[in-house]
Amino acid sequence: MPGVRKTNGLPLPHLAKTPTGIRGLDEITGGGLPKGRPTLVTGGAGCGKTLFSMEFLLRGAMEFHEPGLFVSFEEQERELLENVASLGFNVNQLVKRKRLAIEFVRAEHSEIHETGDYDLEGLFIRLGHAIDRIKAKRVVLDTIEALFSALPNQAILRAELRRLFRWLKDRGVTAIVTAERGGGMLTRHGLEEYVSDCVILLDHRVIDQMSTRRLRVVKYRGSAHGTNEYPFLIDETGFSVMPVTSLTLDHEAPTKRMSTGIAPLDAMLGGQGLFRGSSILISGTPGSGKSSISAHLIDAACARGERCLYFPFEESQQQILRNMRSIGLDLSQWVERGLLRYHAARPHLRGLEMHLATIHRQIADFQPRTVVLDPVSNLMDIGTAAETKAMLTRLIDFLKSHEITTVFTSLTSETDNPETTEVGISSLMDTWLLVRNLEYNGERTRGLYILKSRGMAHSHQIREFTLTDHGAKLRDVYTGPAGVLMGTARTLQEARDLVERGSRHNELTRRQRELESKRQAMEAQIVALRAAYDAEAVELETVIDERRQAETIFDQQRESLELLRDGATGNGSGNTRKGVGHERLRQQSRARNERKERPRGEAR
Amino acid sequence: MNAKNGREAKRAKQWKLRLYVAGQTPKCLTAFANLKKICDEHLAGVYDIEIVDLLKRPQLAKGDQILAIPTLVRKLPSPVRKIIGDLSNVERVLVGLDLRLTKGLPKIRPKMERTVEG
Repeated sequence: MPGVRKTNGLPLPHLAKTPTGIRGLDEITGGGLPKGRPTLVTGGAGCGKTLFSMEFLLRGAMEFHEPGLFVSFEEQERELLENVASLGFNVNQLVKRKRLAIEFVRAEHSEIHETGDYDLEGLFIRLGHAIDRIKAKRVVLDTIEALFSALPNQAILRAELRRLFRWLKDRGVTAIVTAERGGGMLTRHGLEEYVSDCVILLDHRVIDQMSTRRLRVVKYRGSAHGTNEYPFLIDETGFSVMPVTSLTLDHEAPTKRMSTGIAPLDAMLGGQGLFRGSSILISGTPGSGKSSISAHLIDAACARGERCLYFPFEESQQQILRNMRSIGLDLSQWVERGLLRYHAARPHLRGLEMHLATIHRQIADFQPRTVVLDPVSNLMDIGTAAETKAMLTRLIDFLKSHEITTVFTSLTSETDNPETTEVGISSLMDTWLLVRNLEYNGERTRGLYILKSRGMAHSHQIREFTLTDHGAKLRDVYTGPAGVLMGTARTLQEARDLVERGSRHNELTRRQRELESKRQAMEAQIVALRAAYDAEAVELETVIDERRQAETIFDQQRESLELLRDGATGNGSGNTRKGVGHERLRQQSRARNERKERPRGEAR
Repeated sequence: MNAKNGREAKRAKQWKLRLYVAGQTPKCLTAFANLKKICDEHLAGVYDIEIVDLLKRPQLAKGDQILAIPTLVRKLPSPVRKIIGDLSNVERVLVGLDLRLTKGLPKIRPKMERTVEG
């Protein structure tokens, strides 16, 4: 874009611009005001037109070696010098060195008596002479509208003004013409009719008792420009227009990591902590330890020798130092060594934009690597959610482009779900830590978890977060059959678990013993059965032997009987005796069998 | 009653007038001619006209806070009075130079006229 812009293949000379040196304005206008042309600066009373124009000249004289002429129609030289001396510029020195000239043009209605035709050649001559004397490149006419009340003949005046602006262009000076806003128009007397290359509108309004100054480039012929209303600030160092940075998304993405100062938290963040230059939101209910986490982060950063800037909105520096000492963090040593700076201010002290500007200036002044805003939710009280988000967007952009790590803490209410209440700003954050107060069994415990962390693997577990005399500690929470427990409930549950585990162990050994005894009982029974079997077997064998013997004897007897019968008696009687002897033997055998069966039945 | 006295009093003083011009423009020439005529008529012998050409001496414009050309400045008698334009409206020039008072009008009148005209 700068230099030459190509259109339809033809190089066109880009509109030459004169840098104003006013912080932020050159970014919005893409390089400054149109060179060699008049610019109209309009606005209501007290909106900073004179200071704006004066700074344009002073910066031009000091930074760009362009002498400037200030033509005042309202204030005397001395008054003007006094007014701008408060901006911290050595104006008298510049006047002496002919880098700056102030020309007071008095146009008093009561002193001017019209008696016929005239023109304003006198003014032209004066301007021309003053411009030549210091070879001015920049001219301010503040405010030329005073002529409208001084000179009754409007026809002549308007014609002469037209000629004046033409003349300024011909002289090639970059001019600012200021005008009062009014009558529903940009200027009360329609000056925009004559000065049409560039029109800047300054505004000073009070919303909800907060005053905010805003600047808008209404028109910039032949140039692209930011069309929004940009807040601006007037303070002891002059004019600053926000944004100081452009609202683009092209900042570097550092890959270096930094510790949070809490080792387990680093472990939760992929083991290496946060990305440098990222934005971290720590939200939590009151007293959940947001500031303590920030303090740890700062402590670690300062220990690495990095500068940190802390913006507390609720506590004073002394209070924070004292409170952090109670958790074992000595931050005052870093303050003494100049590594840590606090800039405490109540949110209501000024409007959002003023805060932003202050933060910008402090950062530019201190060059920190880590910035903490504690708590950022307080800023929401002084603006709407949209305004706060816009402000934070600009701030984060600014910080990211400088690779400054930023920690925002945010207070969430006990009842609301923080995940829904902070949707607005959380999307701007790279890492979001949530600390919640968990109430259980008449006890409060803090649970910390990572809601998101862009660009790194991170833990999804809730950790119990405790503040001890030796700083913040993170512990794994109890997760078991009884649910997720923390605090004393966790301790209790752990004890209970221990007891339970003991009793389970006892039960097991008891069961094992029981099994053993059963086995022993079974084996004993087997032995007994075998013994009984053996005993019976012996007896049965004896019976079998007896039977066999008896049989043998019987056979022998029968043979001998038959021998006898054959010798002495007939067949009939011999048969009878033989039968009787048989019967007796059978009875004896049965009785023996019955005896054997009886002990068997008893054993069962 | 004191018209004659007043005129004599004025005559007793020296009138010092300064006419600012920028080159020999028609307006400037007209203004000078008109001024000369009025002075000869009302201030014969007691006036002194100085012509300042700002094209030649631009640094002088600041001292008398000159905006319009031509501008006539009555340096003496004090207080300083400024009249702009080519002085073609003689009535208004006389009022502007405070010469009308000598005709015996109430002092309040010229002031009123001025206010109305504004």
